Amino acid sequence: MIPLGHYLIVSAILFALGTAGVFMRRNLITILLSIEIMLNAVNLSFVAFGRAQGTVDGQIITFFVMTVAAAEAAVGLAIIITLYRHRESLNPDAFTTLKW
Amino acid sequence: MFNSAFDAIVPLLCVTLAALASMSAEAFRGKGERMPIGGLGIVGLAGAAVSCVLLWNRNTSSFGVIVADNFGLFVTMTLIIVGLLTIMFSSQVLDLHDLPRGEYYTLVLFAIAGMIMMATANDLLVLFIALEIMSLAVYVLTGIRRDDQRSSEAAFKYFLLGAFSSAFFLYGIAFTYGVTGSTRLDRVGTFLAAQSMADNPLLLVALGLLLVGFAFKISAVPFHMWTPDAYEGAPAIVTGFMSTGVKAAAFAAFARVFLSAFEPFSADWAPVVWVIAAATMILGTVVGVAQSNLKRMLAYSSIAHGGYLLVGLVAANQVGKAAILFYLLAYAVTNLAAFGVIAMLGARDRANDELRDYAGLWQSHPALAALMTVCLLSLGGIPPTVGFIGKWYIFSAAVGSGYYGLAIIGVLTSVISVFFYLRVVVMMYMAERDGAPALPRVGAVGMTALAIAIFAIFYLGILPTAVLDLAAASISTIF
Amino acid sequence: MDGWLGVLIMIGLGIGFAGVMVGLSLLLGPKNPTPEKLAPYECGMAAVGDARERHSVKFYLVAMIFLLFDIEVAFLYPWALALRDLGWPGFVQIVTFFLILLVGYVYVWRKGVLDWGPVSSRVRSQRPKAA
Repeated sequence: MIPLGHYLIVSAILFALGTAGVFMRRNLITILLSIEIMLNAVNLSFVAFGRAQGTVDGQIITFFVMTVAAAEAAVGLAIIITLYRHRESLNPDAFTTLKW
Repeated sequence: MFNSAFDAIVPLLCVTLAALASMSAEAFRGKGERMPIGGLGIVGLAGAAVSCVLLWNRNTSSFGVIVADNFGLFVTMTLIIVGLLTIMFSSQVLDLHDLPRGEYYTLVLFAIAGMIMMATANDLLVLFIALEIMSLAVYVLTGIRRDDQRSSEAAFKYFLLGAFSSAFFLYGIAFTYGVTGSTRLDRVGTFLAAQSMADNPLLLVALGLLLVGFAFKISAVPFHMWTPDAYEGAPAIVTGFMSTGVKAAAFAAFARVFLSAFEPFSADWAPVVWVIAAATMILGTVVGVAQSNLKRMLAYSSIAHGGYLLVGLVAANQVGKAAILFYLLAYAVTNLAAFGVIAMLGARDRANDELRDYAGLWQSHPALAALMTVCLLSLGGIPPTVGFIGKWYIFSAAVGSGYYGLAIIGVLTSVISVFFYLRVVVMMYMAERDGAPALPRVGAVGMTALAIAIFAIFYLGILPTAVLDLAAASISTIF
Repeated sequence: MDGWLGVLIMIGLGIGFAGVMVGLSLLLGPKNPTPEKLAPYECGMAAVGDARERHSVKFYLVAMIFLLFDIEVAFLYPWALALRDLGWPGFVQIVTFFLILLVGYVYVWRKGVLDWGPVSSRVRSQRPKAA
């Protein structure tokens, strides 16, 4: 069996990749995807912890997180579409009406 | 109904049912037909308020994950007041900008449901879901003026950083779950009480991640970057709603997690929160002085007020915990009233939220100018308003726990903040209106709500004992 | 570790076979491109315009609604697995959950998001006024 630590390391790497993506990507959709990667990295942690403890709690939690992530994506994409209609751009640097 | 497993979620159910009802009403509304959907919301919130009163002191719990202890109920009452005032202020604003009424009230009610759930959650996973219910509704509310580019932009910035921070929060929950084997706060607390930090470094990670998640939500420095933009771009009434409701709910959850479950580790987190509190107070005040937009100025003021609340959290003595609750109520009423004034002075084509738009308000709207003055003085903490009492208790709690440094920073920043609140007051009374378009009239419902808020500000400022006793009774049950 | 050797050989064979086949056809096959052969679908309708054109926002709305309702169904699986243990309380809870979803569905439906014809949605919303 693969030890818990390995799962956690993969999860941490994914989470770090997602975080880096949020800061470095220059496309709103990709930034949204990076946040989804972060949430899924956490899901991996939950499943790994749940398995290590021999309960299914971790997997059940994952269902809730997935649902929340879907709702978040729906709202996020809707906001991106309204933004796109104003600016015809998906580059976050273009949105400077408010001081960043 | 009583003495069943569902008791503790009755306030939550009332608000949720009102939200579902207003959503259905909107769905079956004919084109151009007017429906009293805001009234539905008021009925639901009133039902929640009644159930709160009935549940008081009974310390019920539903399924172990939602607890209606006095702490949660006190915050729930605060949130219900926020909701009622918001709905009363909104009517005029919705007509003015031709916003979708049904959707607006539905989102406000769902947001309040999420906030109530957050204030009463006894399980980290439920807390996360509540946080998302609240946040998703508020993101949409922020961007509800789709024709306004600033509104959309504010919504996106708020959404992006909000989603980002909730990922951190969730990661913190994952580690807590991994170490303690449960997401239930009482079980986490029991487990941690028998541990020390040296036993498990993962706990430190969990603590840090949860702290980051909460700090984003309460816009504490250095995670405050989204606040001024989101507050400035959102419609003023939504800004009022989110600066009070979201903050109250997030603080309630913050206090519950850190003062009950993670209390055994207070020696580890208190110094960090000390630094955050000091930085938040200083930055919020100093940058606030330089603002020329009233909404942006109040955004920085809201950051500073978050800092004062953190002082109560660091002090963590009996006075401090009660002071947090009292301050949340005081701040909610005052700040919402101030944003209510801004919202109702907004015109169709211009927001009228620049400082110079308020020049000569005394001549054109004497009543509004007087009400705004009271709100600003209360935010500045000048007696006999409620803001003074709130700050007094927060700082005396800090002194009581030996945090003299924080108390001194708090008093100094309060004094500086009075400067920028008074700047607006001076503008309203002394300056002449120079050719800018006239400000609109304010409707009866909005004025009633303002009058209620002002009455509360003075009542709690002069006779705070009854409510303070309630706050003190609230914290005795859990901490 | 020995148990995995077969898998490793299998993966190697698979990749090798695919590589050899593609390589052989590149090397030996006749190359005689015509515009028809380079079209995305060689047999069938001729492609009209670029695929990267704007789509109606309706596609987006339906995709989002599909995503949300699809994800909610995920809660049915754990419930179905634990059906006997949860009993009637569990049944009531899942029904409540789907009733709440139903309100959302009714909202989406009444708002005309599910009407695909360009005309029908407008006709429906105007009819009550005329009657």
